[in-house]
Amino acid sequence: MSEHEYTPKSKVGKWFNDRLPLLTLANHLTDYPTPKNLNYWWTFGGILTFCLITQIVTGLVLAMHYIAHADMAFQSVEHIMRDVNYGWLIRYIHANGASMFFLAVYIHIFRSLFYGSYKSPREVIWIIGIIIYLLMMAAAFLGYVLPWGQMSFWGATVITNLFSAIPLVGEGIVTWLWGGYSVDNPTLTRFFTLHYLIPFLILGLVVLHIWALHVPGNNNPIGIDIKKPSKDTVPFHPYIVIKDGFALLMFMIVFAFFVFYTPNILGHADNYIEANPLVTPAHIVPEWYLLPFYAILRSVPDKLLGVIAMLSAILILAALPWLDTSKIRSAVFRPLYKQFYWILVADVLILGYVGAMPAEGLYLLIARIATAYYFLHFLVVLPVLGFKERTTPVPLSITEPILGGSPNLAAVKKKDSFKDQ
Amino acid sequence: MEKKTKRRDFLFTATYAVGAVGAGAVIWPMIDQMNPDASVKALASTEVDVSAVNPGKTITVLWRGKPVFIRRRTQEEIAEAKSVKLEDLKHPEKDEDRAKNPEWLVMLGVCTHLGCVPLDQKGDYNGWFCPCHGSHYDTSGRIRKGPAPTNMEIPEYKFVDANTIKIG
Repeated sequence: MSEHEYTPKSKVGKWFNDRLPLLTLANHLTDYPTPKNLNYWWTFGGILTFCLITQIVTGLVLAMHYIAHADMAFQSVEHIMRDVNYGWLIRYIHANGASMFFLAVYIHIFRSLFYGSYKSPREVIWIIGIIIYLLMMAAAFLGYVLPWGQMSFWGATVITNLFSAIPLVGEGIVTWLWGGYSVDNPTLTRFFTLHYLIPFLILGLVVLHIWALHVPGNNNPIGIDIKKPSKDTVPFHPYIVIKDGFALLMFMIVFAFFVFYTPNILGHADNYIEANPLVTPAHIVPEWYLLPFYAILRSVPDKLLGVIAMLSAILILAALPWLDTSKIRSAVFRPLYKQFYWILVADVLILGYVGAMPAEGLYLLIARIATAYYFLHFLVVLPVLGFKERTTPVPLSITEPILGGSPNLAAVKKKDSFKDQ
Repeated sequence: MEKKTKRRDFLFTATYAVGAVGAGAVIWPMIDQMNPDASVKALASTEVDVSAVNPGKTITVLWRGKPVFIRRRTQEEIAEAKSVKLEDLKHPEKDEDRAKNPEWLVMLGVCTHLGCVPLDQKGDYNGWFCPCHGSHYDTSGRIRKGPAPTNMEIPEYKFVDANTIKIG
């Protein structure tokens, strides 16, 4: 990072900063030069930080009242809902907070896909992000088991059984995960421990994610490299802080709507029935944010191959910086990629829909086609497109199209992000 | 410089080797503590009184936290199970090997796909049907259609007397 040397004004500040340069760090964060054309899709990083902190704070408070024991967990959650002061509020924030977290992370990921933020030199930011996403899924799954309702129990059974697909050692791994011969009290206590641990791992990775971001700096809607600081940048504070803050307020309205008006709509009624190892609910579905992957799992008729397909669907994202062969980052200048991008968005939404439906007949057929297309997008479309696509001219700087000289002035001016400049 | 094994190299290798053994000795208890403990293993067998089970009825008992189906099969069901050709089966097993006493079918009520409890007297083969991902089992608990890879498992069991089954 090429930044001017910072010296605190006060003597005490200087004394402290010479020993631990916290003020230099704070100065770096406030002065951090950001592209001036960042649009609202770039506010989700800040929103996600808010989501993580919300989950940690509400989770800590819930842990003061929750009892991780198979005989008491379900009652203790009801105790939180009925007896604990504001327990209902804290639990609803935590439960809906998970959904809000995933909503924001999906927007964040698809923003990255549209503007090519995963490409060189930002591959490491992207891969750390994928690890965070995997940990988020693990934390969400483990947390969903804790209320010990029917969906908790059977969701835990189905997901842990995925490991039994591994040849030879699979059964042993499942028994080890359970600490017994079925999902039971030992499973619950360890899930609680891990659910408590993972958010702090995520927090550490978020620090690395931001650190890695601050090395090359933010990508931007036109996806070009910019000089920092320059006419193309504005300091993070106050410009981005205000913009992020406003977006966060809008997001909190949506969040509050779910918490206060329809707190159970994203859950399943079956989870208000205590876990019963003798009865499987008629229709087991995971939470909405895992449905696309669940659809991929079910679309493959073989157990092991189904599990492999589901895991590959997530892990393939880590290889994305190398699968996408195009040197142009932003979809703004990639007319064909832009169309395939929206097809992918539709494909994932379709997978999510059929993942919630029974795996039979037409739904199964649709799930299979959508699964095939998902892999086709990453393994065939993206590599080929980089060589075949005729991209439109990319401006030399963010200000160039406005101040003149760009061969592509009209095309760029149409973009909303340039209207105000 | 010529590469020769020196006393120092030996010391490094020996240190790494002892360190690896030490690390393993610390890590293994951390891993093994998650395996089933003594109290879980102690609940390994169950005795069931089946005198009240009439033909065509199934009872479900809990064994090691899992449901076990004990079905007293009707003559038609036994005939149906025996008439199936082995080459039509995804996981070929003779009915005689699954139900030593053909009237009694004792098996783990756990779908071999992802562990749900299949529903009794449902599905295309008059046996069991798993509502989770659509596996169909026949009257011998053998997988006939759907994603499950194998037949429902037969636990170790024996008749202690005419009316009592000991599972495990």
